[in-house]
Amino acid sequence: MSDTARQKFSAQCYKSDIKPIWCPGCGDFGVLAAISRALAFLQVPPEDVAVVSGIGCSSRIPAYLNAYGFHGVHGRALPLATGLKLARPELTVLVAGGDGDGFAIGGNHFLHACRRNVDLTYIVMDNQVYGMTKGQASPTTAPDWGLSELTPEGPGMNPFYPLVLALGSGANFIARATSSNPGSTADILVEAIQHPGFSFVQVLSPCLTFQPEQRHWKKMVHAAPVEPTSDPAQAARRLMTDDNFFVGVLFRGEREPFHDPVAKTLVDLSTLESTFEVCITAGNSEQASAG
Amino acid sequence: MAEDRLSITVTGSGGAGVVTVGNILLGAAALTGWYARMVRSSGPQIRGGEVASIVCLSAQPIQSESAHCDLLLALDWKNIDRFSDEMLLTRHSMVVSDPAQGQVPASIRSSSARCVEVPFKKLATTVSGGRTNMVALGVAAQLARIPHKYIQLELEKIFQGDHRFSAGMEGVDAGFAAAPPGNGLELPEAPTVLGAGRWSITGNEAAALGALRAGVRIAAGYPITPATEILEWLASALPKIGGTFIQAEDELAAVNQVIGASFGGVPAVTATSGPGLALMMESLGLAVAAEVPAVVIDVMRGGPSTGIPTKSEQSDLNIALYGLPGDAPHLVVAPTSVNDCLNVTQWAVHLSERLQSPAIVLSSQALGQTRAVDDKPDDWLFHTTRDTPDLLEDDYQRYRLTPEGVSPMSFPGMPGGQYTAEGLEHNESGLPSVRAADHLQQLGKRQEKLTRFDYGDYWAEILGNGSTAIITWGATTGAARELLTCSRELGDDLRLIALRLLAPEQPERMAIALRGVRRVLVVEHSHGGQFYRYLRACYDLPGDTRSFCRPGPLPIYPAEIVAQLESWDSE
Repeated sequence: MSDTARQKFSAQCYKSDIKPIWCPGCGDFGVLAAISRALAFLQVPPEDVAVVSGIGCSSRIPAYLNAYGFHGVHGRALPLATGLKLARPELTVLVAGGDGDGFAIGGNHFLHACRRNVDLTYIVMDNQVYGMTKGQASPTTAPDWGLSELTPEGPGMNPFYPLVLALGSGANFIARATSSNPGSTADILVEAIQHPGFSFVQVLSPCLTFQPEQRHWKKMVHAAPVEPTSDPAQAARRLMTDDNFFVGVLFRGEREPFHDPVAKTLVDLSTLESTFEVCITAGNSEQASAG
Repeated sequence: MAEDRLSITVTGSGGAGVVTVGNILLGAAALTGWYARMVRSSGPQIRGGEVASIVCLSAQPIQSESAHCDLLLALDWKNIDRFSDEMLLTRHSMVVSDPAQGQVPASIRSSSARCVEVPFKKLATTVSGGRTNMVALGVAAQLARIPHKYIQLELEKIFQGDHRFSAGMEGVDAGFAAAPPGNGLELPEAPTVLGAGRWSITGNEAAALGALRAGVRIAAGYPITPATEILEWLASALPKIGGTFIQAEDELAAVNQVIGASFGGVPAVTATSGPGLALMMESLGLAVAAEVPAVVIDVMRGGPSTGIPTKSEQSDLNIALYGLPGDAPHLVVAPTSVNDCLNVTQWAVHLSERLQSPAIVLSSQALGQTRAVDDKPDDWLFHTTRDTPDLLEDDYQRYRLTPEGVSPMSFPGMPGGQYTAEGLEHNESGLPSVRAADHLQQLGKRQEKLTRFDYGDYWAEILGNGSTAIITWGATTGAARELLTCSRELGDDLRLIALRLLAPEQPERMAIALRGVRRVLVVEHSHGGQFYRYLRACYDLPGDTRSFCRPGPLPIYPAEIVAQLESWDSE
């Protein structure tokens, strides 16, 4: 990419003029900044970017970006994005949302998106709480977190470890980032977007309104003590010692991204239609007789 | 009624080759010039259960199922009683069975049918690699007078150069030779022209083809009986024409993959049945709100819940019409025959793209899994015509008000067309809004674009001009159509109005269609009279209007409609 091209789109070009609804201090502001910086680094024209989301505070992010956006129903961002990417493979498709959207109501799609390995980048802004509905436990909330009226004694269940799920389900690129450092998050997103196949980035993005203790996260995050690996076994071993605050790239897989089968020679629809014709000649009527 | 047809039923355990016999009989009969239908009947288990192939032949196009069975070939007697509802044996019927399978069951003996024995299995053992079903095929072909050469041609097509071909033919020859005299078996008048050029297609294949004819290039789906064949056909066909098929992890994913592809500018379709449709409803509401075209083909089966997956019903009408949360106007259409599955699905894609609205196609097991040999379906020439902006100005607004309510839709890759498709209520620009004026404006826009559109004559199939109208829809149209086309003395006073367009309703067209109608019989395949209630809510019907509704699993036969009309006359 030439230097002139680099200057064509600034980070600001990727921001819309809509003011986010997020609370002061919300980590999602940092993620918004990181996404626009990453896109500016990549110099993808805004019209060639699509950002797909579900429901929740963080899922409002498409409207704050200057790109094509889809604010879908709760939990279904990944299938929306899968359909879009397979329809339009030349687009840069980002999927964004929160921990409730991605791991509870959309949990099944997360597993299968990792497994299917379509070339998407999935950014989960994890704050371990449902913010938009005013503070309920999510699948990543600690079992003894008792600040919700729904679970006053805490959810009483062990949280999901999203990186473990992603690795176990076959994601091709796995990383953790922090909203408190938009620069390094942007670097990780650039790599995630460039890496072929399904890339999963968990961003620790605090909710100061319902999880005030998370204000300490920015002091707790630290660079992972080991280098990224392409070996799932090594990545799994590293996850065993993860204190959930390692940031950086964990895994760069080498799986081929999902390709839909395309016939070597394409035919006209009328050729397919002819298989329904009643005809004497054998061979032409495979469908009509064997169906 | 329907004496001009021959109904042949072949029964046996799953894996016995009953369906192969049916397919070959159907193919050979089609070549001979017969119009034909084949229905497969099976239990919920795929292998090891009981299976029946019901093949019906006539010199004229066939509209409905036969209530009675003229010729029954039983490869064995296991679970035969399960089919007794579906094959009414009369004194004109003939039953051919294998003595090695034991005594003819009491339920069959007690009918007045003529029972004849042919040792299928023993004859098969005289052929190296011989199979019982091939012997039975020869017997059936001889009794139905289907020429040997056409059976041979069909067998060649299936076994293309395979060693099973010669063994199969030897078995068929043994069957031809061993066939009992067909005394008493009343054969319909033979066809006078050959069948070449006609089509042999199932409703599920036809629906899938209709989608592709309209321009669909992406399909996503999750397997479900009785819709899976649509997905199978698309999975095989799409890569051949440069399209994509996605096997989804569930129906929630399937419908969203369709909406995502469509948002990207590529027309897309999914197919499912009742339980899957229920899972798709929330996302269809998203397609309504965000004005994204999306087509769902629902092949209805018996419900509620898992219901009767292998049998037909018309009981998803309510969920298709009313199952979306909020005020969510959308399109609901239904084919009236096997061939019509092609046209109506093509039309549905066209309407969905044209009106930027989700469309539900209500097919049913009776249409989807019936193979019909019929005249080649017309091409309705509907192709996708999505309104896209030519030149994107700085003030492009995705949901801008227009006289017809449809706003030009940009899609990714178009510079200056960036917007966020929203499930939240929004204003003309697409920005979320909770303002009363915006809500009212956008609700009105989405309603009016559907109600203002001119759907043309396709909205209903109308036959006859009698003063007694049968109003029906979907697969039950066949039984009603047969009354008008096959029975002059009855048909002259009848009129058929079979609705293809269920939503939005068309009160003005219905008023015209009902001119001169004195009384109405509403016929439908449901227990709760869903269609009758819908008609009552949406249309002005004559005071003398009655409901005839009956659930599956048995199809609605023409004779039942006649009985309803006769009892009405005799009051």
